[in-house]
Amino acid sequence: MAKILVADDSASMRQMVEFTLKEAGHQVVVAEDGQAALNLARGMTADLVITDVNMPNMDGITLIRELRALPAFKFTPILTLTTESTTEKKMEGKDAGATGWIVKPFNPEKLLMTVNKVLG
Amino acid sequence: MAIDIGQFVQTFFEESLEGLDIMEAGLLALPPGAVDMEQINTIFRAVHSIKGGSGTFGFQDLTAFAHVMETLLDRMRQGQMDVTSEAVNTLLESVDCLREMLVAARAGAAVDNDRVEHLRERLHLLLNQVNVAVSEHTASPSPVSPTTTPPTGWRINFQPHSDLMHNGNDPVRLFRELSTLGELTVRCDPRQLPHLAKLKPEDCYLSWELELQGTVSHEELVEVFAWVEDDCDLRIEALAKEPTASNPVVARTPGEEGQQGELLLERRKSEDRRQSDRRGPAPADTASIRVGIDKVDAVINLVGELVTTQSMLSVLGVDFDMSRLDKLHEALDQLDRNTRDLQEHVMRIRMMPVSSVFSRFPRMVHDISGKLGKQVELRINGEQTELDKTVIEKIGDPLVHLVRNSLDHGLEPPAERLEQGKPETGAIMLNAYHKSGSIFIEVGDDGRGLNRDALLRKGLDAGLLKPGEDYSDEQIHDLIFHPGLSTAAQISDVSGRGVGMDVVRRNIQDLGGSIQIGSQRGQGTQITICLPLTLAILDGQLVSIGQDCYIIPLLSIVESVQLRAGSVNRVAGRGEVLRFRGQHLPILRLYQMFGAEGAVTDLEKGLLVVVEADGRQVGLFVDDLQGQQQVSIKSMEKNFRRVPGVSGATILGDGRVGLILDISGLIRVNNAVT
Repeated sequence: MAKILVADDSASMRQMVEFTLKEAGHQVVVAEDGQAALNLARGMTADLVITDVNMPNMDGITLIRELRALPAFKFTPILTLTTESTTEKKMEGKDAGATGWIVKPFNPEKLLMTVNKVLG
Repeated sequence: MAIDIGQFVQTFFEESLEGLDIMEAGLLALPPGAVDMEQINTIFRAVHSIKGGSGTFGFQDLTAFAHVMETLLDRMRQGQMDVTSEAVNTLLESVDCLREMLVAARAGAAVDNDRVEHLRERLHLLLNQVNVAVSEHTASPSPVSPTTTPPTGWRINFQPHSDLMHNGNDPVRLFRELSTLGELTVRCDPRQLPHLAKLKPEDCYLSWELELQGTVSHEELVEVFAWVEDDCDLRIEALAKEPTASNPVVARTPGEEGQQGELLLERRKSEDRRQSDRRGPAPADTASIRVGIDKVDAVINLVGELVTTQSMLSVLGVDFDMSRLDKLHEALDQLDRNTRDLQEHVMRIRMMPVSSVFSRFPRMVHDISGKLGKQVELRINGEQTELDKTVIEKIGDPLVHLVRNSLDHGLEPPAERLEQGKPETGAIMLNAYHKSGSIFIEVGDDGRGLNRDALLRKGLDAGLLKPGEDYSDEQIHDLIFHPGLSTAAQISDVSGRGVGMDVVRRNIQDLGGSIQIGSQRGQGTQITICLPLTLAILDGQLVSIGQDCYIIPLLSIVESVQLRAGSVNRVAGRGEVLRFRGQHLPILRLYQMFGAEGAVTDLEKGLLVVVEADGRQVGLFVDDLQGQQQVSIKSMEKNFRRVPGVSGATILGDGRVGLILDISGLIRVNNAVT
């Protein structure tokens, strides 16, 4: 069981990701934008962070940069949820310090597969 | 583990429809030419979310359509494209289209494909306008796949850059994943490892030589290394079998082609998925309502109280004798109060701000004024006024009709307005407010007003009026509510053909309301809808007068002042007045009006609450101010009888009845007395 921080401004996505990860036995903390996720992160540790890229208040890219500046999240795997299939967008996340990405649309199986890959 | 994503589809529909409203409002507020980045970003995010969600939930047609819109908005966002009114209008139509597609998808119905295609073409056209130089996705021939027959294995030379682990990646994870594909042999090269004193524990110094046995495609390998391809040097070679098979392939950034292929594959997969999804969530009409958490908390609180009362009663019931009759009465009273409170708060859940109705008008006014070639500014006030959900649902159509009328018949074309010395841009006003325990909604315009002569003629022609008699303006204006009477010279497709206003009036009357029209030739028309709302919630200021508590609608309060000796004059015929901020403020001693006993009678010892109604101010003399709270209005007519100066009553927290003051009524009563 791992502790996973999920940030997405879309309620349906949040629900789906949360439900899927919880079904798989993980502990899930959700945030509805980057700022909320960062606020949460300041008071916790996590084994994995999954974040949307386009969010109000604080986007995913900024969130990743901010997280990497926190000692507790320096090496934590961070995955971006991105609809952008273009290299440029994936790389923007990578440059900010993301570990990898999950391309939307994805189904619960694909999500779990990727998460398991990261968590080992 | 199979997870049914159907259970989240409803949320997706709801948030997407909300997203579309956000887009619509954003697009309407977008000034042509100027680029408001934050605004465009908000619009972009909304369509982006819809695209992401629809893909995930298997609505590919939605994804494809949203994608084109997103691309267009992205161009605007990047400043590669101007925000033209043409683009905004096309996007607005696309929002409509997307909304229809969503609704259709929710109902499991089909959409008008021609329309979708037509709009998509228009969007593409817009895109291509800017795109002549930036040729998009020039389909390059797809690269020849490394080997025609899959090799029996691969040799991988993997040299991580020193910072590979800085973003959470880990070579071990890659190896573990490779080992799921086939038989993996790992040879580590530690030669770059520095002396311990110089070693930075966060850096990666090792490199590896890997051999993977098995029929694994090149794509699968690239996929494993996708996240680290920029953080390492990677050489992948097919294991030599044939003389020519040695085929070094440097890890390639997945190109556009590859991505499109991936998308296509995804699309096919999710189309299969959709077949099952469609059957999943029932397309039943599950209307939902968004409720503020405070309202829900209030209900939960009350249920808590109810439970307490219930346990009190059951304790009483265990061994009851007549000596405890008082206690029983007390508990039953409490139960009564709990039930009533609960009922009231549950009803409150149904109260929604009128903004949900008003929000459709900016778009409507934008569209219709464009069609009519008129310039219109829409001014909306009081959209937070709360109405019962049923009323909200039923008031929409009548309001649409009234606004259309104002746009079509009321407002003049710009040239005509200039001729008349009016500003070129006409105004349409939408107001909602509480007054005297009713809810008023006003639709007004500063257009040409009703043509009294034309109406009179029509009325005479139709035999509704008798020739030679004198009719008041009101009587004449009232004719527009008569079935079959339209003063429009020509019938347009924008507003009615004389079947409208009578229906509007009937709808309002069905809601227990009334409708009035005021109009001045050349200056405009104002239509006022009055909805009596026994359910309405009112923000009230509690004041004490003697033993009783009264409620003054917060909205009508200007300020409260303490009187000084000698500041009040008696004026013949006007009672007591206070010289207050340059005007004479009549003072109403409420304890006198309501015959309250034990109240403060000395003006200097109480408080004067200055209130305003119908454009007039008066000072209400009370003992003291108490708290402010939201009160639900109970009808006096229904429970007792009409009392002048009182618009309703409410039950206060301690169970007492508090009367809600009707300010304009009080002013009238006062005028009648003095």
